[in-house]
Amino acid sequence: MTDSAADQPQRDAGNRFGPSAPWDRLRERAQLLARLRAFFEARGFLEVDTPLLSADTVVDLHLDPLKVVLFEDPCTPEQGSRYWLQTSPEFCMKRLLAAGSPPAIYQVCKAFRGAERGPLHNPEFTIVEWYRIGDDYESGMELLAELARNLLGVPQVERRSYRQAFLDHVGLDPHQATVEELAAFAAQDQTVQLAGATVIDRDQWLNYLLAQYVESHLGRDVPEILYDFPASQAALARVRSLTDDAVRVAERFELYYRGIELANGYHELLDPSVLEERNRSNNQIRENSGKPALPECSRMLDAMRSGLPPCVGVALGFDRLAMVACGASSIHEVLAFPIDRA
Amino acid sequence: MSTYKTSDFRKGLKVQIDGEPYLMVEMNFVKPGKGNALYKCRLKNLIRGTTLDRVYKGGDTLDSADVEEVDAQFLYKQVDTFVFMNQETYDQYELSAEQVDDGWKWIKEGTVCKMLLYNGNPITMEPPPHVNLKVEYCEPGARGDTATNVTKQIKLETGGEVLAPLFINIGDILRIDTRTGEYVERVRS
Repeated sequence: MTDSAADQPQRDAGNRFGPSAPWDRLRERAQLLARLRAFFEARGFLEVDTPLLSADTVVDLHLDPLKVVLFEDPCTPEQGSRYWLQTSPEFCMKRLLAAGSPPAIYQVCKAFRGAERGPLHNPEFTIVEWYRIGDDYESGMELLAELARNLLGVPQVERRSYRQAFLDHVGLDPHQATVEELAAFAAQDQTVQLAGATVIDRDQWLNYLLAQYVESHLGRDVPEILYDFPASQAALARVRSLTDDAVRVAERFELYYRGIELANGYHELLDPSVLEERNRSNNQIRENSGKPALPECSRMLDAMRSGLPPCVGVALGFDRLAMVACGASSIHEVLAFPIDRA
Repeated sequence: MSTYKTSDFRKGLKVQIDGEPYLMVEMNFVKPGKGNALYKCRLKNLIRGTTLDRVYKGGDTLDSADVEEVDAQFLYKQVDTFVFMNQETYDQYELSAEQVDDGWKWIKEGTVCKMLLYNGNPITMEPPPHVNLKVEYCEPGARGDTATNVTKQIKLETGGEVLAPLFINIGDILRIDTRTGEYVERVRS
C-alpha cells in the first residue's frame, strides 16, 4: 500500500534537515529545564514518569486528542486497540495521587493536541505538570507565582480576576453580560471583525473577546495570574459562589506574561459525579459541532470514586516558558524540530 | 470554485469575500485557555490593495477565488486604455489607466508583464522588475563626467521620467528598476 500525496505530511519548503532554533536558544532552554527541576527538587516534589499512550482521554470541548492504533499483527497495522496520545499527564498523575503517592509530584513530558499549529502551538509540545496534596486555591496560585518569579527572574507576580480584566478592557461583566451585549462590543470595532457563518455561544464570545481585547494586556510588565473563570469554563476545576453576588466561578487560574498564556491551574474537582455530568454535556456539544464523541469512562474517574485527596494541579507549557524567558516571539525559536520539520 | 476550511487557512491563500478576491497575507492561530480555536487573518484586496482584519472560528469556511497570474504582452495604448495580449492564449485584455497605475512609465510595445486575472478578467498588471529603455530627451551630457552622484532629469521613450547621471545622452539605453523607479545603469550608449 502506498501513501497518496495528500497523506504525506507538509514539509518545510526548503526541506532542510537542521533545527529551527538557534543553538544559543536550545542551550538556554536546557538551562531553564535544569532550573525548573531544581525548583521542584528544592520543594520536595517527586518527579514521576507516566506513559504518553493511554486507553483513556479527557473529554474536553476544544481539545482533540490524537488516536493511535496498537496493532498486534504487523501485517494489518490498521487493526488493533485504540489508544490516545495524552493531551496532558493529568489522568495518570491523578491516578497516582489517589493511589497514595507522595503529596507533591511533578512531571516533564510530551503532550499532543490535534489541529493546533501556529507561533504558539505545536501538535507535540513539552508540558510540565505538578500536583500538591493539601494546597488550596490560594496556596496553589502562590506556588505558581513563586515558580514564575524564580524561573523568569521577575520581582513579583500580579493577580487579577477574570471579571476585573474584562471590566478593565472590555467594560462588561463577563459573568452577567448577555450574548447580545458581548456581540455588540465586538461589532463596534472598525478594524477587526469576527467573521464566518458559524454561530457561537456565550463562552465562545467570551473567548473571542479575551483573545482580541484582553490577553495582550495581561502580564505586560510582570507576570499576571488571571483567576476565577466563568463556571461554564471550569473543565476539571471546582466551582464556588462568589460571596458578594452569588455568581458561580471556577477555581481555575492561568499565568500570563507579556500577553502569552503560560500555565493553567485548577483547585481540583473531587466529585466524580460532577465530572461525569461535564463529560456527558461536553460530548453532546462536540457531536453537535460535528466532532466525534470521546470515551466518557476512564480510570481517572475510578480514581476519583476511590477518593482523590484535595489538591491543586497546574500544567505549564514549557516551550512557551522558554520562548518568553529568552525573548523569542515564536515557540519555533526554542524548538529543535517543530511539526513541519518533524 | 472550491471552499477552504479553517484547517486549510494559510498565508498565500486566495479567497473570495463579498464577491472580491483577497490574498491571505497573514494567518495566526490562537486558542486561549480552554477555549475554541480562532484564526486571525489579514486579507489584502487584490483589486484595491486595501487590507482587512478578520477573525474566523473553527468550522467557518471561505470560498476560493479564481485568481491566476499570466504573462501578457503590451500591445498598444488606446485613448484611455492599455491593450495587452495573453502570451499563451492570445486573448486580449484592456486595462484602465487606474489599473495600470505607474506601470505605463516602464512598458513599451512588446514588454511582457505579469497580469493577475480574476474570473478570467484582468485586475492588475506588473511590469518586469527590470526594463531597458531608450532616452528620448535630456540635457546634453558632459563628456568625461562619470560621477554618478549628480543627476539630471531624463525622459524615456515611454514618456516616463527618471533621474540619471550627467553623462547620459539622448539615444542611450538605460536599465531601470521598475519597483523603485530608479536608474540602475547605462546598457548601451
